[in-house]
Amino acid sequence: MKDILQKYGLNTLTKKILLDLYKSMLKIRMFEEKIVELYPEQEMKCPVHLCIGQEAIAAGVCQHLHKGDYVFSNHRGHGHCLAKGTKMRPLMAEFYGKATGCSGGKGGSMHIIDVENGILGTSAIVGGGIPMGVGAALASSLKGEDSVTAIFFGDGAFDEGAFYESFNFATLKRLPVVFVCENNFYATNSHQSARQSGCRIFESAASFDARGHCVDGNDALAVYKAAQDAVQLARKGVGPSLIEAKTYRWKGHVGPDEDWTKGCRPKEELDYWKEQCPVKRFTELLMDKGALTSAEVEDLKLAITAEIIDAVEFARKSAYPETSALLADVYREANK
Amino acid sequence: MVKLNIVQAINQALGQEMEKDPDVIVIGEDVAKDGGVFRVTQGLLEKFGADRVIDTPLAELGIIGAAVGLAAYGMKPVAEIQFMGFTYAGLEQLFSHASRIRSRSRGAFSCPMVVRTPYGIGIKPPELHSESPEALFAHMPGLKVVIPSNPYNAKGLLISAIRDPDPVLFMEPSRLYRSIKSEVPEEAYSIPLGKAAVFQEGSEITVVAWGTMLHKAAEASEGFDAEIIDLQTIRPFDEEAVVNSVKKTGRLVVVHEAPGMCGFGAEVAALVADEAFGYLKAPVVRVTAPDAVVPMARLEDYYMPEIDMIKKAFERVMQY
Repeated sequence: MKDILQKYGLNTLTKKILLDLYKSMLKIRMFEEKIVELYPEQEMKCPVHLCIGQEAIAAGVCQHLHKGDYVFSNHRGHGHCLAKGTKMRPLMAEFYGKATGCSGGKGGSMHIIDVENGILGTSAIVGGGIPMGVGAALASSLKGEDSVTAIFFGDGAFDEGAFYESFNFATLKRLPVVFVCENNFYATNSHQSARQSGCRIFESAASFDARGHCVDGNDALAVYKAAQDAVQLARKGVGPSLIEAKTYRWKGHVGPDEDWTKGCRPKEELDYWKEQCPVKRFTELLMDKGALTSAEVEDLKLAITAEIIDAVEFARKSAYPETSALLADVYREANK
Repeated sequence: MVKLNIVQAINQALGQEMEKDPDVIVIGEDVAKDGGVFRVTQGLLEKFGADRVIDTPLAELGIIGAAVGLAAYGMKPVAEIQFMGFTYAGLEQLFSHASRIRSRSRGAFSCPMVVRTPYGIGIKPPELHSESPEALFAHMPGLKVVIPSNPYNAKGLLISAIRDPDPVLFMEPSRLYRSIKSEVPEEAYSIPLGKAAVFQEGSEITVVAWGTMLHKAAEASEGFDAEIIDLQTIRPFDEEAVVNSVKKTGRLVVVHEAPGMCGFGAEVAALVADEAFGYLKAPVVRVTAPDAVVPMARLEDYYMPEIDMIKKAFERVMQY
């Protein structure tokens, strides 16, 4: 393993961290796969945007974040939340529209907020979390705290004005923020090349005097290293970085099905990217190098499965919100 | 007591709240070095430094969005948008996030921020500099909308807005900024949001107005026994004040400078139809701007509800 780690510039990485990273990815994959399995039951009450195929990015970035650091996510955010520490129970319960969900069964899969783990804002608006993330980073900087904000967004959000307004302000003020663009090449069904002339997202950072870095988003160690550098620079007060992590989502834009059947994308493209599966690649690498045994993988899978089953049970058994919840939390004082 | 204009009163409110609470900061285009388009934030940079009075890039969505993040983090940003119509470029952050963070987080996160912006006709810039879209914002659950009408309530309402735990849009009547002065206590004081004020007591017509139009309505009321209610806060809407007054007078005229279609006057009329129908002696009459884009220069005079139009409305309800 040492030679590989050296290649990535990660000489001091411990086995514990490697396994944590692996576990984080596996957890996201298995969680999302459970949704695929259960979704046809039609008991989940919200649209779901799955991140199968993109797990290495959430896991690789969040490994570097402390509990007090902040994450701003997007409509495809289950992985970010899980990697940052959100428990499966409130997450699953939210999908089922139950009162025990993260947002009390009112927000659904696209609007997860997790106070305890610093997930301040996730929403259905593409690019919507970016200005807010910069605001949170400005607040931590003004208060002299050493927390870092990570903002996850897709290549679609790079089309939005919100990115430019916010990236400009963040670089101007050298705020402690890491912009993580998960480039899966599609905004709903439009390919990046149909939406952007340059298709070199990371290079835009240069014109803002910021650091831009492009990585293979399906290579867990490459993401881990890029995020390590970016988070360190942010924490030291050097300023923001833009990481473009190239990846691919296996499922359609929304829902549990693959979309090549509807002609949205070529099947060959999906097949190619399935070969590049981040979980498979990382498993094989770790096992090849003797850092992971099949017994360890089985143990991990058993533990994660138990956690998922518990979360589903919890979600199913939980009650729906009372009617009175409709008017709760609109303003601090009760709404009429 | 010292007499101040609205610009000075708001400036004083900002300064006093910043002194009292280190989490209060001012953010916006040209707010620091320049003191803002209307010089409302003048002098704050010198007093509080560049970490608390922050000039931003020209980016309304970015400014309002940063304020949302600052507020979610626990600070109390007061963002200035140069003109009312420019808030449209930042609506996404106000409508999609500021207003909803409390609901999304089951009350764990709130968004104690203020967006200040000059609104309204009367200084003759063209559209987007002179709009009055209070109804648009009042329609969004989670937002509060406040409109002062004089220096005294400008100071007290802004202090309440800054201290409020929810996001507040604070619309400042640009026509009145420097045109009226009133006595303003030196010390900080607050006027509760959601409470209307009786500007003038009367017994035959209830007149509901706010901001600039309040003064037009008052001028027009000469010769009528009108009770003029200054709404002060559009949302929360002080329904009780309006209903009680109409129960006394039996007549209602609402005056606003926004177009009539879906304007806030419709909400006031609906409330009275619902809660005080049996007391009405005449139909409810709204005096509003026409359903058109705010024009520039000379045409603006025809756009704005004028004294004669308001007087005619008063006559109509009295003669019914």
